[in-house]
Amino acid sequence: MALKQVNAVVVGAGAGGGIVAKELAQAGLSVVLLERGQWYSAFECRKDDLRNQRTTALGNAFGPDDDRNPRVSVDGEGKERVVRPSEGEYHNNAACVGGGTFSYGAMAWRFMEKDFRMRSTYGAPEGSTLEDWPISYQDLEPYYEKAEGEIGVSGDDTNNIFRAPRKKPLPMPPLPPNREHQILQSAAEGMGLHPFDIPMLRNTVPYHGRPACMRCRWCVGFACEVDAKCGTHNTVIPTALATRNCELRTECVAKEILTNTPGRVTGIAYFDAKGRLQEQPADLVVVSCSAIESARLLLNSKSALFPNGLGNRHDWVGRNLQGHAYSGALGLFDFDVYDDQGPGASIALCDYNHGNPGLAGGAMLANEFIRLPYQFVRVRPPGSPRWGLAHKDFMRKWFRRHIMVQGPVQEMPVFDSRVQVDPKVKDYWGIPVARLSGRNHPHTIEIGKYIASKAEAWLKEAGAIQTWLMLPRGGLSAGQHQAGTCRMGNDPKTSVINKYCQVHDVDNLFVVDGSVHVTNGGFNPVLTIMALAYYASEHMVKTWKGTKFR
Amino acid sequence: MGKRNNLSRRKFIQLAASVAASGPAISCTGVISPWRFFTVEEARTVEAICDHLVPADQDPGATEAGVVNFIDRQLVGHLKRWQSAYREGIAGVDQTSLGLSGKKFVDLPAGKQTEVLTALEKGSAPGEVWKRRSPQEFFELIVNHTMQGFYGDPRHGGNRDGISWKMLGLTYPPVRGRLQYDLTKPSNQKPA
Repeated sequence: MALKQVNAVVVGAGAGGGIVAKELAQAGLSVVLLERGQWYSAFECRKDDLRNQRTTALGNAFGPDDDRNPRVSVDGEGKERVVRPSEGEYHNNAACVGGGTFSYGAMAWRFMEKDFRMRSTYGAPEGSTLEDWPISYQDLEPYYEKAEGEIGVSGDDTNNIFRAPRKKPLPMPPLPPNREHQILQSAAEGMGLHPFDIPMLRNTVPYHGRPACMRCRWCVGFACEVDAKCGTHNTVIPTALATRNCELRTECVAKEILTNTPGRVTGIAYFDAKGRLQEQPADLVVVSCSAIESARLLLNSKSALFPNGLGNRHDWVGRNLQGHAYSGALGLFDFDVYDDQGPGASIALCDYNHGNPGLAGGAMLANEFIRLPYQFVRVRPPGSPRWGLAHKDFMRKWFRRHIMVQGPVQEMPVFDSRVQVDPKVKDYWGIPVARLSGRNHPHTIEIGKYIASKAEAWLKEAGAIQTWLMLPRGGLSAGQHQAGTCRMGNDPKTSVINKYCQVHDVDNLFVVDGSVHVTNGGFNPVLTIMALAYYASEHMVKTWKGTKFR
Repeated sequence: MGKRNNLSRRKFIQLAASVAASGPAISCTGVISPWRFFTVEEARTVEAICDHLVPADQDPGATEAGVVNFIDRQLVGHLKRWQSAYREGIAGVDQTSLGLSGKKFVDLPAGKQTEVLTALEKGSAPGEVWKRRSPQEFFELIVNHTMQGFYGDPRHGGNRDGISWKMLGLTYPPVRGRLQYDLTKPSNQKPA
């Protein structure tokens, strides 16, 4: 039996969905926010270096669980394998209230103007679907500002001469520099580069009722013990619930989006926390499950009118799956560079995001978040021993004397890097699972090599006595920065949603998460997802006040 | 030998064994295993392997850190999918040892043990098991699990008293941030 009709169902309480739920609820719509994972708080923070969202040796701390949520991964030779969420080939993000924002490192980047015009700036390399966004940086600027203010961003990018114009400075100051920051800053300045304090979704002073960062070393991959990291779980979602217009239902797994014969969305079918199939009727549905699961949900929503799934009339749903081809370098120093001050990552350059000779884009470069001892076990110069006394000596000698600099290389989208639904494998609830296949574009690898060489040069200038490169591999890229599978565009034949995040041929269905990114910037994507969520919500509310989507 | 890998069965058998010692729970030496997954002989072999991967020197090595306990506990927990890899892999290590030096792994001198492990790492190890299973994959597996057990959180059964963290000069438990953070003083909320 169907549940009581609501105005909107938002599927996924992450970066995008949390904001949409809050904006719609504040505008007076009745909202049901569905989340497949659990609702954790700062008090459930476990500083566990083997079980978190970055190091998953013993599983993901914040979902999904390994037992009920398989995917199928297809490698370069076409060999397929069922993979579990704690394996790399799964390309997991998270499954909990707040989504990835509950445990992320929390860099808060605005994309640059050229990041929205990649095709007209560079032309598409052969074999890539590189394209311009149908909206510009200027269209999103007010919403970047809103995200920085409402969710909370600290940092100082005034020394970043490459940044896109901003109207307001960041609302919170940066943390004091750690030792790595100081070493890298003087080196970059000596090279004529433009280092600055990374914008972070992290309180550095008490802000919006939550305290400041205590600078422990357990940041990326972990929940914040003192609730100083800003995600949707501790900002917009509580605000949404306080309106009393929004109901959060956790451990609810979306099965399919329901449609009627005129071809409009009528609601959603999902399995509740007790495994019962429920139908939630709604005037509009917002899909915010991140790039892989959003594509899977649309593809699983088949009917006579939509035989290939929703939004998929032209076979673009699930295409162009991308992430970031992380590239960088490691340097060993003959003095201590580690001072145990979290979050670690603190200084960045945007000198190599664009304008690199012969290359279509680039990446921001930053020092890495703090490495815990087990993470350092794999940090070795190529060919050096990984076990025995040599291993132990390396740990003791270099743990406090190494710096890693890397950056998220903007990828050239590939049409055949994609999410499909697997014809055979189903999850615990009987829903066909995501099937991932594809590769990175060769030009992305070229850019990665260039960016890594720049990272190495920076480390050498800083005094590194030995350096080596970390280069991207050619396989499928997605992971926590997954994007691209429901491309935004003006032409319904070559995109899934219009410039308001509305599915082209179903006007009461929206996709709001990294899926809609035409390209993913040379930056961590979360602030762009947040800005898009504010921007798309404004359109939804306007339309609601007019037609009520009926 | 022949002890199999079912936790509830093993527990049941341990109970049963107190009444009447019965076949499968007892290894060929007649000893009931105190481990969850490993037989006594297997655990000795794993211990010897792990002590090569992280040897004791001025700081404790793998065994003292409880790495074998970590692996044994995880093999009936999150890592249970690797049970047969260990059961066969450990047998394979002895086959390689017998093939190269005529003795089981634990009975070899340290130098010969290193040769066996290097042969596994390079994929050149003799032994029946390695005809159907990659010696390199097993070696990677046990290196990885040893590092997890040595450097990982003690709550999972290894890194006893945080000894590897102490080796690196890190505080354990990790209170570094908390020490800087005194919420009772509002003026102190800004980090030091």
